[in-house]
Amino acid sequence: MTATRTELVPFDQALETYDPVMGLEVHVELNTASKMFCGCSTVFGAEPNTQVCPTCLGLPGALPVVNGKAVESAIRIGLALNCSIAPWSRFARKNYFYPDMPKNFQTSQYDEPIAYDGWTEVTVETDEGPQVFRVDIERAHMEEDTGKSLHVGGATGRIHGADYSLVDYNRAGIPLIEIVTKPIVGAGKYAPQVARAYVAHLRELVKALDVSDARMEQGSMRCDVNLSLMRKDADVFGTRSETKNVNSLRSVERAVRYEVERHAGVLDSGQKIVQETRHWHEDTGVTTSGREKSDAEDYRYFPEPDLVPVAPSEEWIEELRATLPEPPAQRRARLQGEWGYSDLEMRDVVGAGALDLIEATVAAGASPTAARKWWLGELARRANDTGTPIDALGVTPAHVAEVQALVDAKRINDKLARQVFDGLVAGEGTPEEIVVARGLEVVSDDGALTAAVERAIEANPDVAAKIRDGKVAAAGALIGAVMKEMRGQADAGRVRELILDKLA
Amino acid sequence: MSDGISRADVAHLANLARIDLTDAELDRLTPELTVILESVAQVAEVADADVPPTSHAVPLSNVFREDVVTPGLTPEQALAGAPAVEQQRFAVPRILGEDA
Amino acid sequence: MSTIRLSAAEIAEKLAAGEVSSAEVTQDHLDRIAAVDGDLNAFLALDPEGALATARDVDARRAAGEQLHPLAGVPIAVKDVVATEGIATTAGSKILEGWVPPYDAFLTRRIRAAGLPILGKTNMDEFAMGSSTEHSAYGPTRNPWDRDRIPGGSGGGSAAAVGAYEAPLAIGTDTGGSIRQPAAVTGTVGVKPTYGGVSRYGLIALASSLDQAGPVTRTVLDAALLHELIGGHDPLDSTSIDAPVPPVVEAARRADVSGLRIGIVRELGGEGYQAGVRARFDEAVALLTKAGAEIVEVSCPSFAYALSTYYLILPAEASSNLAKFDAMRYGLRVNPSGVAAPSAEQVMAATREAGFGDEVKRRIIIGTYALSSGYYDAYYGSAQKVRTLIAQDFARAFEQVDVLVSPTSPTTAFPLGSKLDDPMSMYLQDVATIPANLAGIPGLSLPVGVTDEDGLPVGMQVLAPAMADDRLYNVGAALERLLLEQWGAPLLSRAPELVATPQEESK
Repeated sequence: MTATRTELVPFDQALETYDPVMGLEVHVELNTASKMFCGCSTVFGAEPNTQVCPTCLGLPGALPVVNGKAVESAIRIGLALNCSIAPWSRFARKNYFYPDMPKNFQTSQYDEPIAYDGWTEVTVETDEGPQVFRVDIERAHMEEDTGKSLHVGGATGRIHGADYSLVDYNRAGIPLIEIVTKPIVGAGKYAPQVARAYVAHLRELVKALDVSDARMEQGSMRCDVNLSLMRKDADVFGTRSETKNVNSLRSVERAVRYEVERHAGVLDSGQKIVQETRHWHEDTGVTTSGREKSDAEDYRYFPEPDLVPVAPSEEWIEELRATLPEPPAQRRARLQGEWGYSDLEMRDVVGAGALDLIEATVAAGASPTAARKWWLGELARRANDTGTPIDALGVTPAHVAEVQALVDAKRINDKLARQVFDGLVAGEGTPEEIVVARGLEVVSDDGALTAAVERAIEANPDVAAKIRDGKVAAAGALIGAVMKEMRGQADAGRVRELILDKLA
Repeated sequence: MSDGISRADVAHLANLARIDLTDAELDRLTPELTVILESVAQVAEVADADVPPTSHAVPLSNVFREDVVTPGLTPEQALAGAPAVEQQRFAVPRILGEDA
Repeated sequence: MSTIRLSAAEIAEKLAAGEVSSAEVTQDHLDRIAAVDGDLNAFLALDPEGALATARDVDARRAAGEQLHPLAGVPIAVKDVVATEGIATTAGSKILEGWVPPYDAFLTRRIRAAGLPILGKTNMDEFAMGSSTEHSAYGPTRNPWDRDRIPGGSGGGSAAAVGAYEAPLAIGTDTGGSIRQPAAVTGTVGVKPTYGGVSRYGLIALASSLDQAGPVTRTVLDAALLHELIGGHDPLDSTSIDAPVPPVVEAARRADVSGLRIGIVRELGGEGYQAGVRARFDEAVALLTKAGAEIVEVSCPSFAYALSTYYLILPAEASSNLAKFDAMRYGLRVNPSGVAAPSAEQVMAATREAGFGDEVKRRIIIGTYALSSGYYDAYYGSAQKVRTLIAQDFARAFEQVDVLVSPTSPTTAFPLGSKLDDPMSMYLQDVATIPANLAGIPGLSLPVGVTDEDGLPVGMQVLAPAMADDRLYNVGAALERLLLEQWGAPLLSRAPELVATPQEESK
């Protein structure tokens, strides 16, 4: 094992010599009602060993039958990740002994996964603004979860040093989809963010597909991070480590960063990276060595003889494809066309994380131009100033659409609208309520405006004279004076008309 | 393939298969397995690359179950045959190594 | 008069006619078991209370005028590889000693639902690995024809129980011949249905892609009746065929081979087959010809590799199927000696060392080897290809003929202990039965006489295409009738009378 402690090399320094190469393996527990191969419930948190049967308990003689819904979910995930769906695929047995695995083999898929060769894109904020990274998907395959062990005795309650363990098989046999990326090369110093963005993206994706709760804190979505470093002047990958138990978005980012620093430390000191499993420690933010991958690890895969092949027809696949939410890239292109944004404008919208907000604002009745103006201007500025996510300001797309409607109705102007947003952020109610409570309504009553215009002409005779002489541009000064008197709540267009009438 | 199988090979396989074979068993099994494996090795000679493999004698596919919950065992039934039970769980000796 | 020598069909008739009660029939068989099984060791567990309770219940329901299954009240013995809720199920292994399944196999449910009293569980080679029942952890079963000889295996217990009139019906399982070869060497009838014809749910798996349960009886009609009861689709077995059971009972009653084309497989006979076995087989073929069948010789060249293929596929699948026996959830748990606070890993290895017999360990090691990385393609992968070749040979043969016939086993029952030190020669016992398992097709063995040289029974095997199980029963029943006309009495009547001996205390 790797007992030798090596110094970490600071991340930025490590990146001067090496390029990180990542591979991410994400396990997603499906939200089916029953298990992968039997009719036992999958409800989380039940009393131990109350959701078991001969099949998921591995009793002699019991047999598996594939949950059709789980296959559908696997195909939908595959399609959403732009994978090819295998017209013929099989389950295989992965043989190894472990007490939480009732049959001492895991029913999984090996060389014939249901989905393979896909890709997806994630957006990461870089020094040059938001940048899209493509992540290639190696495969997505179906398998079953293991039971859960409780370690008794010893000082820590952890597996090491325990006297014995207590096993609950409620989780054994819950359907899992394992999604494996191809090596992610070229993310450079953004590798940690790309990893995080990818896992976040998968989480959103499976939620949108409604195939998983994807609760990382409950373990229904789990991530393994494979990482190696490649010398910038080399063209072969280095030896990789596989870090298990990386079960929050933040940890994914931190674990990548830590492993980069550790690998660089090992390599810089002239040692070799050991191919091994490592454990991530959330509390201390470090990884520690698990078991070394050795020749002894021989899973003896072979096709599961108790199950028959999964051979989805073209029709079935197309039926499932029709149930998919629109792919992000396609959606962006469609919205850009519908809204008439330039490429630059669209990139800013995506980068600000305002795509969904603008779509909803437009749906609520605002014009695409107005929606973008408010979200990327006034609201983005406030988010930035206060360090608040833009979708957590307390201002909803419906609010923005309502503010714009008030502007269009000339009941407020853009300047007053900013005060309405102040009120919204402060939680003072709806835009309408805020306009009333704060007395923000624009005055367009000719009586009040005419009096103010007369006072302005009286106070600025020289300006008035210029206008009479035909210098209409000078009207601005008088409008400004009226607006000042009216505390901005005047309809500027009407004021102009009145001035020009008077001085004609 | 025709190299035969060594005593160390058998010991390695026994470890993979989690069987704590005795020295006497290793001594006896090694030559027996050599004979058996030599005689079965002929399958490789006739298995041409263009022959499709048969894993199921009866060609079926797409056998699926509805996603419905069906009654399983009670915890008492599940645990009845267990060598040791504690807190409604299967009590097992300390687990080495891996994460659980 | 005791009912033990009646066939199941005859018992069923008498029960229906009210001439006997199921309780009487069941008790007759329990008495017979008590008298002779101490010697034979055909049963590993008995359930007299359960059997009699079922019998009385069936009698009461019949008295009440309820419509019952034709076999209701006819007692049955079940091979110990089949899960029976409430009755210990060990598969002949120490590692499962005392394990009482909390559930019933599919066929057990069918048997209970039809009201057949289950007498007990029959002896077998450990995890069905063997051709002699000598690999049972609970001692060998003896052949009713000669107690110094093997009753065949792995289902020697079921065959001996039926052959010795301890039960009119029994369940066997056949992975490479474990129903047919015991039937052949005990003078009984055994059928391996089409793979997928009888659910495997609840059968402790040996080799999942080969295993198939089937009937063990004294007559072909009885086998058909039992086949019909346990056959059919089971949604809990993914490999179960979703189609009606072929018309096996009708075929057994038809028993007409005129115009049928019967193929003799050149590769399954001749050299390596005992002279008396060949003689009785040839005579049976002559009888079929006389009855109007057309005999055709066919060749299946790939059968030469069947045994090798089988001894790769079976150990590979078995090594994985038997991994679950690890001392964690059920069965034996043994701590390694001299180890303080052993780990789960050490306890698993010590338990599997202590709990498995030699043949099981041998095959697990072979299977582990055949699946291990670097060897998979050469061994398991190649074996699966040869399996295709064997299936193609059968397909070509069945283009020419309706059924195939061969001797079931190359020899008659051999003496106990004579092949224990020579695994390869033991494996050769199944050379004629294995191809059917590899191709998934059905096979039947029925007695065709005894040899001149040792006076022991010889079996003929009939093979048919997948899902044409009815052809087996048609040919089998026709030949059975012709032989019976010739003999004047069933072959089993020539077996020596068993002397009653006191039952062992442990039973």
